[in-house]
Amino acid sequence: MTSTSAQEERGTSALRERLSGAVSQLAAAGALIVVFVFLSFASSDFLSADNLFNIGSQTAVVAVIAIGMTLVIITAGIDLSVGSVAALSGVMGVTLMVSFGLPVPLGILGGILVGAIAGLVNGLLVAFAGINPFIATLGMLSVARGLTYISTGAVAVFGAPDSFRLLGQGVLGPIPIPILVIVVVAIAGYVVLSRTRLGRYAYAMGSNLEAARLSGIPIKRYLTMVYVIAGALAGLGGMIAASRVNSGQPNYGLGLELDVIAAAVIGGASLFGGQGTVVGTLIGAFLIALIRNGAVLLNVDVFYQSVIIGVVIWIAVFWDQYRRRLAASE
Amino acid sequence: MPSPEKGAGTRDPVVRLRGVSKEFPGVLAVNGVDLEILPGEVHAVAGENGAGKSTLMKLLSQVERPTAGEVEISGETVAFRGPGHAQSLGVAMVYQEFALAPHLSVAENLFLGREPARAGFINRGREKEEAIELLRRVGLEVDPGRLVSSLTVAQQQRVEIAKALAIDAKVVIMDEPTATLAEKEIEELFGVIRDLASRGIAILYISHKLDEIFRITDRVTVMRDGQIVSTMSTGELDEDRLVRMMVGRQLGNLYPKPEVEIEEVILRVEGISRGNFLQDCSFDVRGGEILGFAGLVGAGRSELARAVFGADPIDSGTVELEGKQLNIKNPRAAIEAGIGYLTEDRKGEGLALQLGVHENTTLANLPTRAGFLNLKAELRTARRRRDELNIRTPSLRRKVQLLSGGNQQKVVVAKWLETRARVLFFDEPARGIDVGAKAEMFGLIGNLAREGRAIVLISSYLPELLNMCDRIVVMRQGRIAGELRQEEFSEERIITLATGAKEAA
Repeated sequence: MTSTSAQEERGTSALRERLSGAVSQLAAAGALIVVFVFLSFASSDFLSADNLFNIGSQTAVVAVIAIGMTLVIITAGIDLSVGSVAALSGVMGVTLMVSFGLPVPLGILGGILVGAIAGLVNGLLVAFAGINPFIATLGMLSVARGLTYISTGAVAVFGAPDSFRLLGQGVLGPIPIPILVIVVVAIAGYVVLSRTRLGRYAYAMGSNLEAARLSGIPIKRYLTMVYVIAGALAGLGGMIAASRVNSGQPNYGLGLELDVIAAAVIGGASLFGGQGTVVGTLIGAFLIALIRNGAVLLNVDVFYQSVIIGVVIWIAVFWDQYRRRLAASE
Repeated sequence: MPSPEKGAGTRDPVVRLRGVSKEFPGVLAVNGVDLEILPGEVHAVAGENGAGKSTLMKLLSQVERPTAGEVEISGETVAFRGPGHAQSLGVAMVYQEFALAPHLSVAENLFLGREPARAGFINRGREKEEAIELLRRVGLEVDPGRLVSSLTVAQQQRVEIAKALAIDAKVVIMDEPTATLAEKEIEELFGVIRDLASRGIAILYISHKLDEIFRITDRVTVMRDGQIVSTMSTGELDEDRLVRMMVGRQLGNLYPKPEVEIEEVILRVEGISRGNFLQDCSFDVRGGEILGFAGLVGAGRSELARAVFGADPIDSGTVELEGKQLNIKNPRAAIEAGIGYLTEDRKGEGLALQLGVHENTTLANLPTRAGFLNLKAELRTARRRRDELNIRTPSLRRKVQLLSGGNQQKVVVAKWLETRARVLFFDEPARGIDVGAKAEMFGLIGNLAREGRAIVLISSYLPELLNMCDRIVVMRQGRIAGELRQEEFSEERIITLATGAKEAA
């Protein structure tokens, strides 16, 4: 074999390696486009600026939290507590503004910090106490919800300054601020996953925790950091949600973890670890949002939305596993 | 022992393959194979990784569907209906990684899917009785009510074989059955195999260990590139000829030991103890030296390597590298000090299988710039190591999962070379890789010694140690049992030290 043909072979093969990783995303993206086109024809309201604006803002909460969830899932973990943590962050952040008179940006930061602390507890339980992530975060799901009710007396917290609305409802020029938040978090998430030690180690730990440890990676520290980031993003998601109703709602986010996990899984993240991307998760989040929005526009009973989303999850995971079996038997 | 030549003329084959092929997209894994397996024979299938042995066994056990050809069992052509069907026809497979349910009892495992039932309820009494009888036939004396997870690996393997007997197997396929067994357990397993063969059960024996093929089998079928090279009586073969048939070319020296100037002591280990696993273990290894570790499975060789490397906590002992005492609490500290450990179980502990060749190469020492990964430098590094170690991969981004065992092992080596380790522990580096790749691996180890590194080589295959090492330390029951200089090397001495048998005066 001449050296040029060897190089060419390597070139096309390298391209194929890159593409094979993107196939599940392509499928999800294809589904997203199909649903989008379908809704454009099926509902005259769908393509209205108001509606698209609305979808973007609605997606922000799920998308932002799902990017953190993707990081956790890549390490072969799971965070079931994001809904409760989002609620806790929301009421705490608003309380900081209302009762302690903190300016809006600090109140938002406070909410994010509350989420990060919850994430830190999750991380310590998983990495240092060795508790299975499913159980550790299931406990946090309960603890955070309980703290939310305790701190508010189960009553919504109102009275945040009007400027707090900007986070979830404002625009910067023509662009909704929640969309900007998605973009910023997504870019940051992409950079972390592909260009930093934390991201690389997340994939390595999810692929083979013992190999990662024996390669000298401080796995406890990095696992903990992953849960802290997921918690902080749950906190940010909670603040966006609170801003949309300009209040801290103690009942917010019941079952939110399902949409968040679904977004990551539809986007190709594997619950066995080692796989997942920000782009895929974003596609998953928007697909779920489109389905929910379309169901409303087409007057589909709200209960059917849940059924549809569940079926989409099955299809996504089945497709992903089928594809992986093909790759493995190659 | 039955004479295979005579048997071939008088017995009807229990399995007959005629022109069997299996094509995967782009690969002809098995190509027009004709093969006859006789009742009561132990029949080896030899060949390098990728030669088609495993696929052939999957065709026989109906895990895969042949794309051409016919499979005959007991004289009748069989239709493809999946593994359950093959079992009902008497083809049983003892997998390398056992297919047992660890949380169920021995008896429950033996009858899984075929529970003796009465009026819809499992008849536990009969289950137990039959289990005892089956276990007796494979020489295993354990209570059938015990959980499989409480058994040793060797005992679990017996349960697997008993399971084959439970379905009245006519052919039992064993895939690398000795891979995780100690020498004594291997001997016992061979006893069971001979006993099964004497009852007319055919054994298909797949192994990379050539010595075992000569010890236990009657006939050998050699495969290469999906085809059968030849089927011969084992007695007509010798090791050289078998290897030549397997690789299809003359191999150079399998163990290219370099002539190296041995330098100063690099690593000195004193008095390491850890629970019941290690007691007061001391050794040193010099630059350019290859120090072998021999011993039975469970003698503590891997445990000692892991202790030095900081993978397991130790109770006492010190580690000195180039005269400096180290405080090794975890693998990271060991790596920073200049110690590397290539684990025995490369899939379970060595590689991130879903990551690419490039990502695994740099895992222990990521190139960064201003806090971000330097992806260009990473690809450069991976490309350099690929060329240097001759890692055969279609692309640097290839998931290591998809590489052959030998190439996976080279990726592990590449990772450790990136750490600039001064001392490298190789734990069974040749396990599960084929003959050609083995020669390459040992050549590589020799080169690393020539560069002045200190090498510790742990192996259960004595020819590897005797040919590659400058000194051999023998362990027994967590202690250093003795040390042999090159001029003292002999299999007998090592075995004597390893087993604790009294040396004949």
